[in-house]
Amino acid sequence: MTTDGDLVAQLRAALSPERVRTDPMELGLYARDASMLVGRASVVCFPESTEEVAAAVAACARAGRPFVARGSGTGLAGGATPVGDEPPVVIVTTKMNRILDVDADSRVAWVQPGVLNLDLSRAVAHFGLHFAPDPSSQQSCSVGGNVANNSGGPHCLLYGVTNAHILAVEVVLPDGQVVVLGGLDPEPDGLDLRGAFVGSEGTMGIATRIAVRLTPLPPTVATLLADFPTMADAARAVTAVIAAGVVPAALEMMDATIVEVVEAFVHAGFPTDAAAVLLVEVDGLSGGLAVVTDVVTSVLARHGARAVRVAADAAERAAWWKGRKSAFGAVARIAPNYYLHDCVVPRTHLVEVLEQVSRICAEQDLTLGNVFHAGDGNLHPLIVFDARVPGVLERVHAAGAAIVEACVAAGGSLSGEHGIGLEKRDAMPLVFGPADLRAQAHLRDAFDPAGLCNPAKVLPRGGTRCADVADLPEGVWI
Amino acid sequence: MTALEDFAAQVGPVGAGPVTCVGGRTQWELGGGLTGAPREVMAPAGVVGHQPGEMIVRVRAATTLAALDEATAAGGQIVALEADQPERATVGGVLACGRSGLRRLGRGPVRDALLEATWVNADGEVVRAGAPLVKNVTGFDLCRLMVGSIGTLGFLAEVVLRCHPRPEREEWWRSEPDSDADAFALYRALYRPLAVLWDGRSVWVGLTGYGADVDAQVRGVLEPAGRWSQVEGPPSPVGELRRSVPAAELRATLDAVSASCPGSSWLAEIGVGVLHCSAEAARVVPAPPPGAGVVELHRRIKERFDPEGRLNPGRSPLTHPQVMAAASRGASA
Repeated sequence: MTTDGDLVAQLRAALSPERVRTDPMELGLYARDASMLVGRASVVCFPESTEEVAAAVAACARAGRPFVARGSGTGLAGGATPVGDEPPVVIVTTKMNRILDVDADSRVAWVQPGVLNLDLSRAVAHFGLHFAPDPSSQQSCSVGGNVANNSGGPHCLLYGVTNAHILAVEVVLPDGQVVVLGGLDPEPDGLDLRGAFVGSEGTMGIATRIAVRLTPLPPTVATLLADFPTMADAARAVTAVIAAGVVPAALEMMDATIVEVVEAFVHAGFPTDAAAVLLVEVDGLSGGLAVVTDVVTSVLARHGARAVRVAADAAERAAWWKGRKSAFGAVARIAPNYYLHDCVVPRTHLVEVLEQVSRICAEQDLTLGNVFHAGDGNLHPLIVFDARVPGVLERVHAAGAAIVEACVAAGGSLSGEHGIGLEKRDAMPLVFGPADLRAQAHLRDAFDPAGLCNPAKVLPRGGTRCADVADLPEGVWI
Repeated sequence: MTALEDFAAQVGPVGAGPVTCVGGRTQWELGGGLTGAPREVMAPAGVVGHQPGEMIVRVRAATTLAALDEATAAGGQIVALEADQPERATVGGVLACGRSGLRRLGRGPVRDALLEATWVNADGEVVRAGAPLVKNVTGFDLCRLMVGSIGTLGFLAEVVLRCHPRPEREEWWRSEPDSDADAFALYRALYRPLAVLWDGRSVWVGLTGYGADVDAQVRGVLEPAGRWSQVEGPPSPVGELRRSVPAAELRATLDAVSASCPGSSWLAEIGVGVLHCSAEAARVVPAPPPGAGVVELHRRIKERFDPEGRLNPGRSPLTHPQVMAAASRGASA
């Protein structure tokens, strides 16, 4: 077995000494992502090119040392938290942040994985194009992270999640070999390995160059804000909009708790006396837009909306979206910590599941906020708490487990966009049987036979034949 | 015994010998010929349920595209799967082959339609991936792996597909032959067209959506760019082969085809990059073979999903001539 000293020397030779770090402060910073899960890193390195990533991965492979890729670290499921039989090497892609090529005519761009989601959309806006996946964290999350998690966002209701926007990925495989999965042509030969890689949460290699599909900006947009006297009315209105044969670009819900803190923070003009607010965006050519706006307005009104406002201009629209996307930061006004959940339920079960989530949090005496992608049934119950209060973490986790079970019982699934990571891997048997999990393990094993690449993630303990699902090291809790 | 269990029993466990799954035989040659004489099985058929409020439909794999369309039309929706012979082509076959139709530009590739897949694996077990939900990232995305796998990793038994609202209108327009209409400029000027097709003489444009928007695009984009007549639908693809060309290289490729094979007919999907052409023209289209690393990943995946090689023996999703030649050399060695 290679000692840490040998491995660090090899990494320093392959990268450069100042981009391979082992001081305890830095290791501590990279021992976690935006989840509440803490692991342990042995080395942190910052490659700047495909060659450097390949060299770092090859060094880890030779040493039999696990490694974990990390983008901006905004993941909420522990996907970038380093855990393994030995403390892993963390390979950070933030220095690989160049947009390499934009072909506006073909609507394709090649980017490095560390490019931030919103930076990409801003960089191509003057061509009338954008990168459609728009997670709430888009100011800080990276495209590489989007690929790893198959990220969503409000506008994925119409435009589809990240997978639909990735044409090709250059990947450093866990043995250090570089391959290109997918291609710029529409039907690359062979299996859709691109599709299998997207959403694999860093367990099948490290993306080093990504070809993204760019989407034309819509010619016209209308953003509607509707306020409701009850959550149930708002949820029924969501189901009715979809049933009316309309797919808005985005259909978001915020409850009273969230509206109150967001309004105090951004002063967007949200109605603070509403029990729930729906933010509905429709886009397209002007004729259809007028039709859809009328349909949506009348459906909302029929389902109890007290008022439906249309954003008067781009500034008002931007203010409403700023409010929606800063909700997670704004809850700090209530308490210092939050636990953001991510489940999906069939849209026709929204009313009952929202009521159950509310009851679960009340039973555990926890403050709940709801801010989520209602149009595709993607719930984000947000539990706000002060971790210094004795016993509160146990109640937060008990509520989280009960919420997951309620969603699954309603025909839902564990995650809509945050991924499984460490957080939910042991819940996987709630939705998959042994043969299903074995098939997933086969895919991962084909990419990473040695089990070194982001070990212990996604698949539950005992779910694979690899040794990477051994007990987690001390200090990690799920 | 349920239909799925019955299908699994037909496939049988390891040791039950080589087996192939038959759909409508509309793309039977894809992936190469079968070796030996594997036993033939058929997946169950029938629409299990369309849920318009969830925008999903659950359907057994041997359901024809025509039957699927009839079921979703009743709820005012469509599924973005297409085939030349919808009365024969099956849902499972179209997914397993992964080849899109002429409306791909507007409706997206085949792979985006699949939300949940249930298949029978090489052990004769029923396996499921994905979920009957429009958004879901629970577990590795085996649904994408199954699309285009040509039945080499498992035989699709039942799937849940994404539905879309049935558009108010779908119209097709054809430019007068040899007029000024520039297919590439039209592709850039139109907003979300269903298709822009070009055969070197005429451009076909498919438009869909609300009537007002379709009319506006005809008046505002098509009419200023040439003389057009409304037609029933897209042309039948010409030529027995299809080639996959990066969008940025399509114009140069078509120039090369025209220069080398002047009389040869072809049809190009602008903005997509699928080129339908004759064998003669196809020889001009560059088709680099997949890299060694990608071929090795295919080998490892097949080895794990079907270690005996009993599912569709002889077939491979890697259809590049160089890869197929290397594989047959390996098999005979």
